[in-house]
Amino acid sequence: MPVAVKLGGLDITFHIEGGQRYKAVTGIDLSVAAGEFVSVVGPTGCGKSTLLNAAAGLLTPSAGKVEIFGKPLSGLNGRAGYLFQADALMPWKTALQNVAVALEPMGVPAAEANEQARGWLARVGLRAFVDRYPHMLSGGQRKRVALAQMLIRNPEILLMDEPFGPLDAQTRQIMGNLLLDLWSKDRKALIFVTHDLEEAIALSDRVVVMSAGPAAGIVADYKVPLPRPRDIAEIRLEKAFHEIHRDIWASLRVEVQKAYAMGEGKELVEDSTP
Amino acid sequence: MKRLKLLVLQVLVMIVCLGIWHVVTVYPLFGETKTIQFFFSTPLQVLGRTFKQLTGSEIYYHLGITLTETVLAFVIGSAAGILFGFTFARNDLLAAVFDPYIKAANALPRVVLAPIFALWFGLGIWSKVALGFTLVFFIVFFNVYQGVREVSPTVLANARMLGMNGRQLFRHVYWPSALTWMFSSLHTSVGFALVGAVVGEYLGSSAGLGYKIHEAESVFDVTGVFAGMLILAIFVIAIDALVTMVEKRLLVWRPGQSSTTT
Repeated sequence: MPVAVKLGGLDITFHIEGGQRYKAVTGIDLSVAAGEFVSVVGPTGCGKSTLLNAAAGLLTPSAGKVEIFGKPLSGLNGRAGYLFQADALMPWKTALQNVAVALEPMGVPAAEANEQARGWLARVGLRAFVDRYPHMLSGGQRKRVALAQMLIRNPEILLMDEPFGPLDAQTRQIMGNLLLDLWSKDRKALIFVTHDLEEAIALSDRVVVMSAGPAAGIVADYKVPLPRPRDIAEIRLEKAFHEIHRDIWASLRVEVQKAYAMGEGKELVEDSTP
Repeated sequence: MKRLKLLVLQVLVMIVCLGIWHVVTVYPLFGETKTIQFFFSTPLQVLGRTFKQLTGSEIYYHLGITLTETVLAFVIGSAAGILFGFTFARNDLLAAVFDPYIKAANALPRVVLAPIFALWFGLGIWSKVALGFTLVFFIVFFNVYQGVREVSPTVLANARMLGMNGRQLFRHVYWPSALTWMFSSLHTSVGFALVGAVVGEYLGSSAGLGYKIHEAESVFDVTGVFAGMLILAIFVIAIDALVTMVEKRLLVWRPGQSSTTT
């Protein structure tokens, strides 16, 4: 399998107002193969989103390199789709328009774009909601629209920044299964940032643990050898799941406690939006 | 039921006010009625005059003039406000350099400009359009500026990740965001366009509602002044209702603007 995303020796430093500097992440080495589902977990404020933004080209690293399918990335990553934690839909467009507009930069004629958008909205279970504006949809439904908007462009790499973070537990499970269902059809490289370890294990092929910030790095990298297809709710009951969970939690707990000990004030720079 | 009650109360307020006005001016409670009527007229006279004017044809010529000036001031002022709002919002240096001048210009009471505009543009409609323009421009300018600046960074980042170029970002993100802010001030800017027109006419012209009021005032025709004001009020309410209709159509996507939420 070719390497879809390769981060090598990545350093990212932010300049805060008043001339201060904040080193968010340092020495990050991460390779994600095509077709691989990798989750990144870590305590809040550790720079998980920063990592993702670097892979998306929304942030330029201070040092190190980002390679996409072997080519160094400059500017935005045109081969990647990004699913944001916060609402990213255009509130002045209906669900259909939001999804169809994603095809406009690719030069798809409007009629065909609408046709495809309808198909994608049906696939994410929103057939009856195509003409709703985002504010008329629930949080989970808005995420479904955002998912359709991302997938309709058929990107080779999927980047997701705690996409189901704002949703309630039941909706998260349903969305997780929907995501697995859609992903398994044509297995793209997927980097999934989350603070929920169970979610990470249930979804992924690999779980990467980041240390507490500032100057966060990758401290552990675990394979998740659970068979697919999986059901998010049921897989949590299996013995193998518990063993993997125990292993990863052992290293994650140390970092969470470190972050907790450092207390407040360190969330200064952790922000999902670039 | 609740709506009916409200309507009854609203009508009651009007009846009470008109009733007091009527009693005070028609019966000699505070002196001779002729003197009092010279200063205050009577509601029946005002209503009679208003009715007579509205059934005649002359007033519509003046209304037409005022409407033309209002529409021109609104359209030209909005266009300039949008253009400058966008330019300044996308160019930090320009915004910073012109900031004190724009604030100073906006702080100036626009009425003092009316004589200058009359001098520059004559007593026709254009001096009134100019006055309305100076009022509308700043409202639209500040709102568009804010609208472009306040685009959600997540929505913007998402649109860029979807591969949109500058032109597409403008069309799908900046433009709708700026328009939202502009429409939220639509009532104010249309109102100010009308204020500019009427005040301009009042200060010097030969046609329009402001002129009619001024004409009545110059011959101490209080009934005429009140009738002119009443027609102006009806005119304003009609325009405002129209703006509300336009607003409802354009901002359907906004929370609270639509009742189809489930």
